[in-house]
Amino acid sequence: MKALTSNRLVWPALVLVALLVANVVANPTFFQVSILDGNLFGAPIDILRRAAPIILVALGMTLVIATRGIDLSVGAVAAISGSWASMYIIDSGDRGSVRVVLTAVGVALLMALVAGAWNGFLVSVLGIQPIVATLVLMTAGRGLAQVITGEKILYPDNSPAYKLIGGGYWLSVPFSIIIAGLIFAGTALLTRRTALGTLIESVGVNPEASRLAGIRSRSIIWIVYIFAGLCAGLAGLMLTSNSTSADPNSIGLFIELDAILAVVIGGTSLAGGRFSLAGTLIGAFIIETMDNFIVIAVSPRTTDVFKACVVIVVCILQSPQAREKISALFRRGKGGGPTPGATADPGTAAGTTPPPATAGQPAAAVGATPTLTRSTGTRTS
Amino acid sequence: MTTAVAQDKPAPTPTNKRRPLTRFQQYSQIGATVVLLVIMLVVGSVLYPNFTSGQAVLDLFSKNSFLIVLAIGMTFVILTGGIDLSVGAVMALGTVVAATLLREGWPAPVVIPVVLLVGGGLGFLVGLMIHHFKIQPFIATLAAMFLARGLCLVITDRSIAIDNSFFQSMNLAHIDLWETTTTNARGRTRVSEIYTTPAVLIALAVLVIAFVVLHYTRFGRTVYALGGGEASTNLMGLSVARTKIAVYTISGLCAGLAGILFSFYTASGDPVAGIGYELNAIAAVVIGGTLLAGGSGYVLGSLLGVLTLGVIYAYKEFDGDLNTGWTRVMIGVLVLFFIVLQRILIRRRR
Repeated sequence: MKALTSNRLVWPALVLVALLVANVVANPTFFQVSILDGNLFGAPIDILRRAAPIILVALGMTLVIATRGIDLSVGAVAAISGSWASMYIIDSGDRGSVRVVLTAVGVALLMALVAGAWNGFLVSVLGIQPIVATLVLMTAGRGLAQVITGEKILYPDNSPAYKLIGGGYWLSVPFSIIIAGLIFAGTALLTRRTALGTLIESVGVNPEASRLAGIRSRSIIWIVYIFAGLCAGLAGLMLTSNSTSADPNSIGLFIELDAILAVVIGGTSLAGGRFSLAGTLIGAFIIETMDNFIVIAVSPRTTDVFKACVVIVVCILQSPQAREKISALFRRGKGGGPTPGATADPGTAAGTTPPPATAGQPAAAVGATPTLTRSTGTRTS
Repeated sequence: MTTAVAQDKPAPTPTNKRRPLTRFQQYSQIGATVVLLVIMLVVGSVLYPNFTSGQAVLDLFSKNSFLIVLAIGMTFVILTGGIDLSVGAVMALGTVVAATLLREGWPAPVVIPVVLLVGGGLGFLVGLMIHHFKIQPFIATLAAMFLARGLCLVITDRSIAIDNSFFQSMNLAHIDLWETTTTNARGRTRVSEIYTTPAVLIALAVLVIAFVVLHYTRFGRTVYALGGGEASTNLMGLSVARTKIAVYTISGLCAGLAGILFSFYTASGDPVAGIGYELNAIAAVVIGGTLLAGGSGYVLGSLLGVLTLGVIYAYKEFDGDLNTGWTRVMIGVLVLFFIVLQRILIRRRR
């Protein structure tokens, strides 16, 4: 029970389950998946497919945030790559050709890579605060996308190969979710089965100390921004491919906010130094389930209010201050003395407090406070 | 627990090496903004006729009066080292609330305080969240942005026209300043009045109040101190909690006022108004020479920043062929230029 309540993934997972249950209550056929023309259809599949771009962007964002950074430009990068690929496919004259689509995808991803490298350059070499450095591309990037398309909305339709990326099926499963899943698995393997994840976290805790310890923090920061750019570029391709339209003003609009929310809901601290890819995945699904939450809301218009409330509740639940207050509430309710080791769970605290529990509590407090002091440190430095 | 906190407390101090900027460094940033603004105006007057005529320059103010107010509120927040992403959405909420209440027949003198109360109240809640739960300003104001935008859409999903007589008169009101004679392309001369709008006067009044508050009051000095370092502000015995909550309240209040000015300007309440205005406000503050890390900057600089953005948009208006994308690229390039400048100044200081 204690391990369960202390796990950071529990709250987000509960929220996701609650959302899904509410969906089922409102719409009993919610989990029904049917097979049409050999492909899977149904609300859960829909959520999976639409969540793919957010999962990708949030994946890149998780690593960036783990280095104590943030990338606001992902929506603009998605707009650039999506518009450029659509433009190229339409101008090529042969929309059906696989070679054309592959070239378009390749060049679009290259642009996204350059955009990510630019962000990485500003942050790691020039040492500009990430939020400011990526703000530049956030404003300018969408403008560039508008320049690329000449302020027009493009329709890259009649191109089966391009449609496959975001809206197609492969082995009766949406292709976009296969891509997102593969990239997620690859990232998880790379960061958790090699030292890369630890290196990223150490850079997030203290870039200067990491550098002195022999970690190339500059290259690590560069790598995470490039990765975030690539993910955003791919997400842009998926979005334009799925809707077969590319409007530079609306491709990936607010996707950076959704991605950051997904990361935060998933329990990754914005202060850096720690990340959870599984949490991000859960966060992305929460965001997407909320976005498709027409059944429980009075109307789709209330989605934003609902989203805001969920974000506020999750953030407050995760803040150490709120946890302290909640546990204080439990202590008072129990009528017990001010035992420093009391936890939110009265079940364990009621018995003879075992020594490991009291020893574990200050350790948890030590773990919680640095993130706190550091978060104020980042703002002021 | 207490020992753990005591051990961790000094942790931020070594990272907090910043020393205040010298007068020269502060003024050199503002100077750069002024030089840039003049260059852009000169380039504009060379390229397009009447670009720097009296009316065109005054239009820079009247078309951006709400942005001036937003940027003033943002300056307070950024000076403390925070950020407010909710201002555009709160502004839209202000216009929608005003339009809805006026449609219900509420009188204008009641509606305006209500709108200010909504904006200020939302800012107050955000401030509470940031201070008491230590949620990052970025996330807290992001949630407020979704909340405000969502509330707009809950109230209405389309633009509501305002036919209240007071708002209408504010929309049409011209304050004549002086007469001028202009010669058009065919050589005819015409005498016309150079005018400004009440919204501009309100925005400038807010600017003056903000200037006085920031530079001549205890609260203003605490705002700067907070940007210099929260721990040291606390040690000096200044009220961190009150100041922090107050700046977000001020920002919300300014966003509400901007909403009123915006509904004067458009005579409508629009739930999708001001998308991306938070970025414009931040850009204006940065271009105006305020350090995004907080602790240094001038609210008058933010006015210059807004005017710079206004000139960029004026380029687009005077030149019909210009792609809208280029205005955004130009704003991005300007922001980049100024943050690199800030970076160089900070580097040199060490």
